[in-house]
Amino acid sequence: MLVYILRRLSQTVVVMLVTSLLVFSAIFLVGDPVELLVSPQADQLEKDRARTALGLDQPMLVQYGRFLRNAAHGELGVSFVHGRQALELILERMPATLELALLAMLIAVALGIPLGMYAGLKPDSLGAKAVMAVSIVGFSLPGFWVGLLLIMLFAVQLGWLPSTGRGPVVDYWGLKLSVLQWEGLRHALLPALNLALFKLSLIIRLTRAQVRENVLLDYIKFARAKGLSRARVLGVHLLKNIMIPLVTVIGLEFGSVIAFAVVTESIFAWPGMGKLVVESIFQLDRPVVVAYLMITVLMFILINLAVDLLYSVLDPRMRLRAAQP
Amino acid sequence: MSAQALLEVKDLVTEFALREGAARAVNGVSFTLSQGEVLGLVGESGSGKSVTGFSIMGLVDKPGRITGGSVLFEGRELVGAAPEALRRLRGNRMAMIFQDPMMTLNPVLRIDTQMVETIHAHERVSARAARSRAAEVLTRVGIASAEERLLQYPHQFSGGMRQRVAIAIALLNRPALIIADEPTTALDVTVQGQILYEMQKLVREAGTSLIWITHDLAVVAGLADRVAVMYAGRIVEQGPVAAVLDAPMHPYTRGLLGSVPAANARGSRLRQIPGLTPSLLRLPPGCAFAGRCDAVSPQCAAPVALREVAPARQVRCVHAIASGVCL
Amino acid sequence: MSAPSVSVVPGDETPWRRLARRYAESRLALLGLAMLAAVLLLALFAPWVAPQNPYDLGKLDIMDSRLPPGSLGGEAGDFRYLLGTDGQGRDMWSAILYGLRVSLVVGVSSGVIALGLGLSLGVLAAYLGGRFEQLLMRIVDIQLGFPSILVALVLIATLGKGVDKVIFALVTVQWAYYARTARSAALVERHKDYMEAARGLGLSRPRMVLRHLLPNTLPPMIVVATVQIAHAISLEATLSFLGLGLPATEPSLGLLIANGYESLLSGKYWISVYPGVALLFTILSINLVGDQLRDVLNPRLAT
Repeated sequence: MLVYILRRLSQTVVVMLVTSLLVFSAIFLVGDPVELLVSPQADQLEKDRARTALGLDQPMLVQYGRFLRNAAHGELGVSFVHGRQALELILERMPATLELALLAMLIAVALGIPLGMYAGLKPDSLGAKAVMAVSIVGFSLPGFWVGLLLIMLFAVQLGWLPSTGRGPVVDYWGLKLSVLQWEGLRHALLPALNLALFKLSLIIRLTRAQVRENVLLDYIKFARAKGLSRARVLGVHLLKNIMIPLVTVIGLEFGSVIAFAVVTESIFAWPGMGKLVVESIFQLDRPVVVAYLMITVLMFILINLAVDLLYSVLDPRMRLRAAQP
Repeated sequence: MSAQALLEVKDLVTEFALREGAARAVNGVSFTLSQGEVLGLVGESGSGKSVTGFSIMGLVDKPGRITGGSVLFEGRELVGAAPEALRRLRGNRMAMIFQDPMMTLNPVLRIDTQMVETIHAHERVSARAARSRAAEVLTRVGIASAEERLLQYPHQFSGGMRQRVAIAIALLNRPALIIADEPTTALDVTVQGQILYEMQKLVREAGTSLIWITHDLAVVAGLADRVAVMYAGRIVEQGPVAAVLDAPMHPYTRGLLGSVPAANARGSRLRQIPGLTPSLLRLPPGCAFAGRCDAVSPQCAAPVALREVAPARQVRCVHAIASGVCL
Repeated sequence: MSAPSVSVVPGDETPWRRLARRYAESRLALLGLAMLAAVLLLALFAPWVAPQNPYDLGKLDIMDSRLPPGSLGGEAGDFRYLLGTDGQGRDMWSAILYGLRVSLVVGVSSGVIALGLGLSLGVLAAYLGGRFEQLLMRIVDIQLGFPSILVALVLIATLGKGVDKVIFALVTVQWAYYARTARSAALVERHKDYMEAARGLGLSRPRMVLRHLLPNTLPPMIVVATVQIAHAISLEATLSFLGLGLPATEPSLGLLIANGYESLLSGKYWISVYPGVALLFTILSINLVGDQLRDVLNPRLAT
């Protein structure tokens, strides 16, 4: 098992290097980097000085080498807009995005799995058909538009929930979160719902499909033949089997939720990484965009790794295989 | 119709509501089973033998359901009984073994979990007592180092071992009846023989009644006391196993026996029953075998009842009934 | 235990008719098909159906801006704005029809290009095997590990805005799904008996691929296409909403929604809501059709 983890981690390093090379080439070779790193009001003399100072007159490989060396020290460039380390900016805002993403996933899973199971077990009931109708609409709704509607309905019309911003932040041993307090939760609810809607529909559909497929299989029939209660057949035998593909999808979708937070944060003015990145794209603050990409890529790779490990823990058939070198 | 009959099935009808119509998988099946008796239920695929087994257990899934007849088990009517009452019987007083052991055991649960839950579903015993009972039964079905095996998962067992585990699970609560649906079909021939022998031994030891569903007559010959031959949802011949196999009365039974390769002289053509089973959606009113029978006559177009032609021997054929003697 | 195998008398219908018949078994799917047809027709004939050309600046009357649905206005005071007007006095209904056109053109064209690209690469990979297949599938796997919005954002950030760049981004986001599906379908087909038979008959390679392999990989591709095109339309709308998509000269529904954001907060909902409804209607219809096609074309559920 340990060998497996080490092997995956070394693969991670390789992928990170390749990605960084791709990102670096794309961002820094398109157009004149000086234009991107220096204020647009600078004159030609300042630009030339900056060029030499930043080592931009060096060949690309040298520049890339410097980039890597700096990256190893945790420096991914300085934000030209904010004047601070780009990586710092990103990491500062990461807890805000993560707590939103986690809340959204929690809502989607807590509602999605029971609803999906119900729809799968009683496919002809009125309730199941309603659930499926709602889920296909939820699947087709453009996320940003729903965000606007949510604001319109709950904030403007009903005035129940705040429309923008993050609630008061509390420090938990260095980690700054807001959702664990009621006021913070109120602020997070609408954006989390917005993020959750699409995933909720996905989880309902997936759970329903899994239930429908599994319920016909022999092991379920055998469990019933043993005289087990319905609760146990469904809650233990069925659930444990469908959790395996479900957990892998949920894990992978978590990465997608973090990415889509870019849109939600913009609409709800939630001060996370996503909002920062969109602003940076508009402001041509390329170092921040690069830092965001590197961090997100690393996160996705780690999520993938975690999902793979989780899969092998959940499915006993995989455990033996993973243990072999 | 003896008073001590463990199981009495009378005119059982099970239908499947398909898009094209209602298919009668079980079309008026009747038989009885006494304590400790082994009945072989023989037929080809689509004859309704498996569905009969499921109907008795109350495990017929939509779109199928029992639409007629009665099943009396230990004096209790099962058809139309409350689901909870049926659940209490299943795995407890009557148990079932399925065909494919790879698919019947839950791949993600440990063996001990799957065994102990069967005990706990019907009895209040301590976890330790349940576990030791599980280990004891595993040893009885021929699995060595039972204690270690209990901690393993189904995929760590071979096909034959998995079926032994399924048999062990069936035996856990000392049922009065075990229904085995083609339990050896998916196994190697050598393993088949082993399992058959052990089932026989176990069942004789405990006095359990057994219904062995199979398409293989050879299996029935060594194991069963009585045999019932099914065709197109009906029993066409029933009787003590030696009598039926030595002197079959129904043309279908004759055909089955005749088509066994061993029955033919080496080098001669294998005998086959010509034609195909009729569609269960469009069963003929008369004898279902008429289209393939070489002894067919005009009387065969009318419904044929199962008649007793000799003590404990029944046949559904006008010719056998008329002559009273084997053909 | 499954239902007993019953021999049903086979009809003499072609596979297409059977597909159509099985598709029509779901009323919801038929509704979806009707919705999709309506959307396509409206978008196709937008210039003739729309009561006003919303991009003819001369025709707009700024005095008519932000009027609620059903209001009367225009030069002669007798033009009814069915769905109200936007900040520039544009008739929403007309703007939506033109926007629908743009959204569909971008979404469908990117889908078709991605399908062509993915299909060729996937089938080629399955056919050639070896290093090429390994490499291609590696790239596919890596790309599919990243959420589409992220990839699209990166591309727009690097390449800048514009219709061609948006289409490029959308194609990049989609091709991997097509490639992966095409390859697995082709692999399955490649090993089937009829391919052996064709090889035995001495058919040339291109002929085998074109006339035998390709048609049989189409069903799963069609299913993937519906999901992907719906997704592409949504993604384009999202990018336009953020201001990173199509330029204002060819406003898609996403941009229309973005334009109405401020008005939303002051209660003038129609500028953002109705374009969204049109978008939802379109994507929903594609998903309904796609769902039923997936069920009908699924080999595991086929009798």
